[in-house]
Amino acid sequence: MLVARNPDRLTAVAQDLLTRGALAAETWVMDLDNTSAHEEMLATAAERLGRIDLALIAHGVLGDQQAAEADFEIAAAILHTNFTSTVSLLTWLGNYFQAQRGGTLAVISSVAGDRGRKSNYVYGASKGALNIFLEGLRNRIDRDGVQVLTIKPGFVATPMTAHVPQNRLFASPDEVAHGILRAIERRRDVVYVPWFWAGIMLLVRAIPGFRFKKMNM
Amino acid sequence: MSPRQARPQFESWGRYPRLSAEVLPLFWREDFPPARASGTKMLAVGMGRSYGDVCLLQNGTLLRTPNLDRLISFDSETGLLRCEAGVTLAEILDFAVPRGWFLPVSPGTKYVTVGGAIANDIHGKNHHLAGTFGRHTPCFELVRSDGTQLLCSATQNPQWYAATVGGMGLTGLISWAEVQMCPIVSRRIRYRSTRFVGLEEFTALSQASKRVEYSVAWIDCVAQGRNFARGIFIQGEHDSNPGPLAPSPKPMLTLPFDLPPFALNSSSVGAFNTLYYHKQLGKQRTGLVDYEPFFYPLDRILQWNRLYGREGLLQFQCVLPWESDPMGMIQVLKAITASGLASFLAVIKVFGDVASPGMMSFPMPGITLALDFPIRREVSFDLLDRLAAITAEFGGRMYPAKDACMSAPHFQQFYPQWQDFSAFIDPAFSSSFWQRVTGLD
Repeated sequence: MLVARNPDRLTAVAQDLLTRGALAAETWVMDLDNTSAHEEMLATAAERLGRIDLALIAHGVLGDQQAAEADFEIAAAILHTNFTSTVSLLTWLGNYFQAQRGGTLAVISSVAGDRGRKSNYVYGASKGALNIFLEGLRNRIDRDGVQVLTIKPGFVATPMTAHVPQNRLFASPDEVAHGILRAIERRRDVVYVPWFWAGIMLLVRAIPGFRFKKMNM
Repeated sequence: MSPRQARPQFESWGRYPRLSAEVLPLFWREDFPPARASGTKMLAVGMGRSYGDVCLLQNGTLLRTPNLDRLISFDSETGLLRCEAGVTLAEILDFAVPRGWFLPVSPGTKYVTVGGAIANDIHGKNHHLAGTFGRHTPCFELVRSDGTQLLCSATQNPQWYAATVGGMGLTGLISWAEVQMCPIVSRRIRYRSTRFVGLEEFTALSQASKRVEYSVAWIDCVAQGRNFARGIFIQGEHDSNPGPLAPSPKPMLTLPFDLPPFALNSSSVGAFNTLYYHKQLGKQRTGLVDYEPFFYPLDRILQWNRLYGREGLLQFQCVLPWESDPMGMIQVLKAITASGLASFLAVIKVFGDVASPGMMSFPMPGITLALDFPIRREVSFDLLDRLAAITAEFGGRMYPAKDACMSAPHFQQFYPQWQDFSAFIDPAFSSSFWQRVTGLD
């Protein structure tokens, strides 16, 4: 079952999946910011599919950092979409998978959650908080056979970054998708996609705070 | 052009000319038409595998389509596939071959989009029987910059269909298309390769294999004297014995850097050609190969265009009608060998008389020759101009998708229908090629 805001885009993706051999592709139109409607959507998915084995949570906004610096409401909206609404989904799904004693929660976070940078720390904070939440949830339900996968992509050429000049570090959605699939199959906890971001972030995390605060990143 | 000039964001396959443009990726069909500054022009571009400036637009907006990569429907009874226009032929093969279906027409690379294949009305090794790609796309949607959606087929908007097939992307955005696939029972191709010397032997081989599905020849454009116009004629057919259909292996090599300009000179290419010619020991060889090396030998090396260094390369492809044969082609080949601007990727093929569906389609009955040249300042351009003049003299034409330097008078002689065609151009669309060969916006 596919969930998104735009019905035409949902139909395009569902048709693609059906043509490629999916047995079924249900669609559900909703804005995930509306957390009070999550339960209805999730319960319907469980009912229609009979059983949920895997949930991929991939929604989020980059947000306008400068606007968010000036206006708390804008910062709060970014945190709501990227963090709070995801927590709402994870709460329901975590309990569902725990009761089922199995399943996979694959959640797209970001390398931006590894360090707070002046150029996008509101977005970074929403992803950093998500990383902590996922780590804790994993600590709770991994023992029940539930995989909780934190996915940390670097730059990906998607609509979210279409306005940013592309460089060599940009990966295609296809490459990232293959990395995610591999991490799910290998039951990993945390994955950087593409893989080289693990090295980059190791170096970035190693920069001491007194130096980091002077840098322009 | 200064070699230090900054690389633009988007280059065509020949990496010449380098023209700067804004690049705007389309992710969904509804992203078109985009909001844009009035007065600037745009052009849809897929994988950028055409060689020159037919997919470029200086100071305009390039709408990149490879993210429009969704399949819409597939009829497993008839083999009719409907997909978004940014789907590549490689993606279609990955989908269709395991299901027992193959492309109706395959060019020399599978890394082109369906939209690009229609816009350039591409051809392949089966042109003598199947005609161009456009003959196998019964229906597609053309979206104009004012948002008008035109369903184009032989019966609906037939004039727009004819203008858009081979229309170089100028009539608007092709958003989705139908492709009529062909049934196969095996991935394998049963082939035969035969050495030949001279055009007479080549045409005799072509005549003799008229009923064979695929045929093409590699020709040596360096050797002179008694080896003049030697080559290897390759023909093949889908194996009729049921065989493997499982997914294709991925390409192995990426050329990671540009070669220095001296790497490709006439002695290195001459040596390569001699080796290649004699790799085949006997006069004739037959066998069974996977379709990948048969159709797409160069796709194994991603970014082979870097062999030509950062200066880039020029491609030349012409077709000369039968009536002029063989004098015209001999003159073309003599001009190339005499120039010493060697090229080891030269391909010669006989086009059949299956009519092309597009107003501006390149193929016509005759012999076609395609090859690349390194860019050596004046010399390469002088040679191409001479080749264009010979092509014009013998009533042939050149292929816009492979061109970066044909003159406006030559183009207008090759395609006298260009003025009729220009009535179908979208007012917000243009290309640097079109501006160059017509002097129009």
